[in-house]
Amino acid sequence: MTGADGILGKIFDFGVTANLLSYPFVQQALLAAAALGLVSGCLAPLVVSRKMSFAVHGTAELAFTGAAGALLIGVSVGVGALAGAIVAALLLGLLGKRDTERDSVIGAILSFGLGVGVLLLWLNPERTANKFSLLVGQIVGVNSFDVLLLTGCAAAVLLVLAVVYRPLLFSSVDPDVAAARAVPVRVLTPLFAVLVGVATALGVYTVGALLVLALMVTPGAAAARVTASPGKATLLAVVFAEVAVLGGIVLSLAPGAPVSAFVTIISFLIYLVCRAIGKRRLQRSTAV
Amino acid sequence: MAVETASEPDTRTAPTVRLRGAELSYPGRTLWRGLDLDVAPGEFLAVLGPNGSGKTSLLRVLLGMQPLTSGTAEIAGQPVRRGDKRIGYIPQQRVFDPTVTVRGVDLVGFGLDGHRWGLGWRHRKQRRQRVGTALQAVEATGYAHRPVGLLSGGEQQRLRVAQALVSEPALLLCDEPLLSLDVAHQRRVSQLIAKQARETGASVLFVTHEINPVLPLVDRVLYLVNGKFRVGPPEEVMTSEVLSELYGTRIEVARVGDRLVVAGADNSDHHVQEAELP
Repeated sequence: MTGADGILGKIFDFGVTANLLSYPFVQQALLAAAALGLVSGCLAPLVVSRKMSFAVHGTAELAFTGAAGALLIGVSVGVGALAGAIVAALLLGLLGKRDTERDSVIGAILSFGLGVGVLLLWLNPERTANKFSLLVGQIVGVNSFDVLLLTGCAAAVLLVLAVVYRPLLFSSVDPDVAAARAVPVRVLTPLFAVLVGVATALGVYTVGALLVLALMVTPGAAAARVTASPGKATLLAVVFAEVAVLGGIVLSLAPGAPVSAFVTIISFLIYLVCRAIGKRRLQRSTAV
Repeated sequence: MAVETASEPDTRTAPTVRLRGAELSYPGRTLWRGLDLDVAPGEFLAVLGPNGSGKTSLLRVLLGMQPLTSGTAEIAGQPVRRGDKRIGYIPQQRVFDPTVTVRGVDLVGFGLDGHRWGLGWRHRKQRRQRVGTALQAVEATGYAHRPVGLLSGGEQQRLRVAQALVSEPALLLCDEPLLSLDVAHQRRVSQLIAKQARETGASVLFVTHEINPVLPLVDRVLYLVNGKFRVGPPEEVMTSEVLSELYGTRIEVARVGDRLVVAGADNSDHHVQEAELP
């Protein structure tokens, strides 16, 4: 009871929070998080339309495996997570070509990746805090190389997305006509999986592998409840993701709690509010 | 078969679709063979036949998604190819999730430039204008900004007509666009397709298993059955004699009012669509 009171007290201890915000490492963390929020928000509506939530989850587990491997051999965790996520994206693309298989392929790969990741962490003699953070996130641990890698990858993802956005949206929501009009679905599907993979790897830094869905899926799902315009949905998803990730970090500063707890709670609250707002809209139209 | 008999490549008088000796076979099965067909500009051709007779495959051939086993296929004087912008395509009505983030304007916009790279900000004004005109033509402006997943089947198919026609194609390929619509909407959507095609001079290839909703609009029928086919005006093809010969079993065709009732003498034959009477 006193523990909970203590945490609540610390969250609202604005003096401590303001003080922490002046540290460069916190500012770096916020910069990295802002980049992640932007990328996640742009991808989330497409992830939702393509029904890729589970694929994102599977990709996140392999990003975790990659990060755990990197930690063990002493290279950058970010590079390890990226490698793991891209391998996952390609594997899912290669093995799960048919809709009917995709679900089970992801399940098989996900559990295997998670198992290997746990093994790699167990083999690692390092202190446990670092390991734990791969699963639940600890953004204040990022260094300037990480920030550079993060923002660089984020910029690359956004650039590629801008080029392929229109045919990607077309094939996501209207696949039959897109195929008839020769939209290169066979190129776009794995390409999008890689984009999602890169973004997921970035997410492993902040919210951790287990909770990447809070940024890659929930903002898109929330936006889809309140608007049908693809442009507005993207804009809203970006705002939701930014609010969740930046808000989550700021709130977690004073109590020193895991970032992911706050990010997911904010993200979920936004989702609930959007569901409530969207409920009337959906009901009204089904009555017609 | 000679590829070209006339040497002048006048695209205005060239048939919109030209098939010569066209054959489509899978190992152990021939869908159709020796198919010669010219579809004139502005013509409305209904493609009929039982499931698996290769109606949809014919559309796939014309879309360049499926190569012919032998023979040639041309669209307005040029060999078929993937992504031909002179073709508009209307699919079956499909169920959209109620929360899918796409509206009528987006769907119709896809028909114009959905295949292009980039965000499409450069030609936004012109795009909006053309999409608006297409929506007006199918009287869908009123619900063009509502989520597609919340529209009725008839409303969705009207958007499909606008989507296919917004790029002003020379050929409209329709793959069972009336399926799962009620009779009133079947009639309205098919009339809309015919009217729009007439006004733009586009030819229509209309795949259907039910001829009645389109019967008053059809110029000719292509009837495919088990590797055999017959082309001609409906009154010549939709007869007891012709269908009996195609199916190789006794088929009765009767005219009831303005509807054709096709019934197989063998009731176990599910291929023959029995028209439901109101």
